[in-house]
Amino acid sequence: MEIDPFIFRLSIFILSIFIGYYVVWSVTPSLHTPLMSVTNAISSVIIVGAIIAGLAGSTDNVFTTSNILGFLAISLAAINIFGGFLVTQRMLQMYKKKKKNK
Amino acid sequence: MSANLSAIFYLVSGILFILALRGLSSPETSRQGNFFGILGMVIAITVTFLSVGTFSSGLIYVLIFLLVGGLIGAFIAYKIPMTAMPELVAGFHSLVGLSAVFVAISAFLNPEAFNLGSPGAIKLASLIEMSIGAAVGAITFSGSIIAFLKLQGIMSGSPITFRGQHFLNALLLISIIALTYLLCSYQSSNFFWILIVVSFLIGFLLIIPIGGADMPVVISMLNSYSGWAAAGIGFTLENSALIITGALVGSSGAILSYIMCKGMNRSFFNVILGGFGATEQSASTGNKEQRPVKSGNAEDAAFLMKNASSVIIVPGYGMAVAQAQHALREMVDTLKKNDIKVTYAIHPVAGRMPGHMNVLLAEANVPYDEVFELEEINNDFANADVAFVIGANDVTNPAAKTDPQSPIYGMPVLDVEKCKSVLFVKRSLSPGYAGIDNELFYKENTLMLFADAKKMTEDITKNL
Repeated sequence: MEIDPFIFRLSIFILSIFIGYYVVWSVTPSLHTPLMSVTNAISSVIIVGAIIAGLAGSTDNVFTTSNILGFLAISLAAINIFGGFLVTQRMLQMYKKKKKNK
Repeated sequence: MSANLSAIFYLVSGILFILALRGLSSPETSRQGNFFGILGMVIAITVTFLSVGTFSSGLIYVLIFLLVGGLIGAFIAYKIPMTAMPELVAGFHSLVGLSAVFVAISAFLNPEAFNLGSPGAIKLASLIEMSIGAAVGAITFSGSIIAFLKLQGIMSGSPITFRGQHFLNALLLISIIALTYLLCSYQSSNFFWILIVVSFLIGFLLIIPIGGADMPVVISMLNSYSGWAAAGIGFTLENSALIITGALVGSSGAILSYIMCKGMNRSFFNVILGGFGATEQSASTGNKEQRPVKSGNAEDAAFLMKNASSVIIVPGYGMAVAQAQHALREMVDTLKKNDIKVTYAIHPVAGRMPGHMNVLLAEANVPYDEVFELEEINNDFANADVAFVIGANDVTNPAAKTDPQSPIYGMPVLDVEKCKSVLFVKRSLSPGYAGIDNELFYKENTLMLFADAKKMTEDITKNL
């Protein structure tokens, strides 16, 4: 009997939870805020679905409800992607070590 | 691009996201980690464009909306003050939630584009995945909006509770399951719409009873939800990048919630089921007699610190409100010039989100190797001369160790009282968010400095 592809996706999912568990526990507590902003940014990879939704359908009508929702979702996810990564970058830039010679 | 090839690229971007989180294990590697994250996102987006293949005239709109969103995001990222980070993160969560809802609806209306069957005959598994993605996304959206409003101060931070609240929530959650079942059996879009509306309502109801001081837990929890929503959509789209990311973000948020709950010695359900202030306040603030406190001015504080050889700074939410981090660092610089050893002690739940204080201190150019977590520094209080508590309260309350009646009993606290002297910068004697009195205010060796945190710190610097 063939295995349903869903099972493979489920395996990826479960294994990723374990990876996430161990990786996140090793994050230093002082970087918990950047952790939140960067997870925010990467979870916006949902834009992949939004792009598919935006590009779907026939050429003559690009303004079906489905397309429009896709466009909106693209904007929302893009705010998050750019905002999330840039604000993380801004924060991480501020974390400095003590200067040796003062 | 063939489906197999793009699947491999999605896997690559998933791995890059794992590396992005891995980078955060130390500040040195963190910037590289962020770069990996950006790279992963670029790969995922590029591959999606290439795999769609035939470009309809919709492409131009896709690019326009992408650009507009990107510009807004970049603008916000550069403008936002660091003290507003909790609001920003809550706001961003709501966007992930809403876009998950939009993508799910879009897939429901146009399943052919996503290879999910045809309208009215969508594959069963896809329908379930879609429902989960839409429901969790909607809960994330409305919940984050409420969290945002509370953090921004537009909505009162105090818990809003009413009779039968938990019963209603439970009922709504059950109805989600029922609606998913009905949707799968009848494929009628009406059930899908009701499902989404009910989910919005749950998000709203779930967050209104939670008070301001519990926001670190709420934000982490919503972070987790946004991940699960993304994973749900990932299953619908059969996209491994989304599934991996969703799982990472989901577990990350869950771990942060756990750490925050532990920092308050409360169970997750205790936080979710109702506010601190609402339930336990009345018991402990009953008879509040006027007790004498020693209060001083900037001069006294400066004198104490000048004669100390080591000082520990304990920042809290009050520092963020007063934007006192820069003034604080200037004070510390002056102290260091006088050869006084200064370190910072951070409680896990200080502020309104995990790591809130660390970011603010970093913004004020405080080197991160002078900043310590509770467990690292708690033993040092006994050997320090002065503890300078600025805008923190409950996290220093010794009642958590001594008074089993106290609502915060058992919560890990900073052993500030072991210092030779304690300076408390506070606006008034009012209790903290837990609504309880702090025994520390009345101690022999405590000096209260009643003032705005920023102004007081500046005045002390002048007197040093």
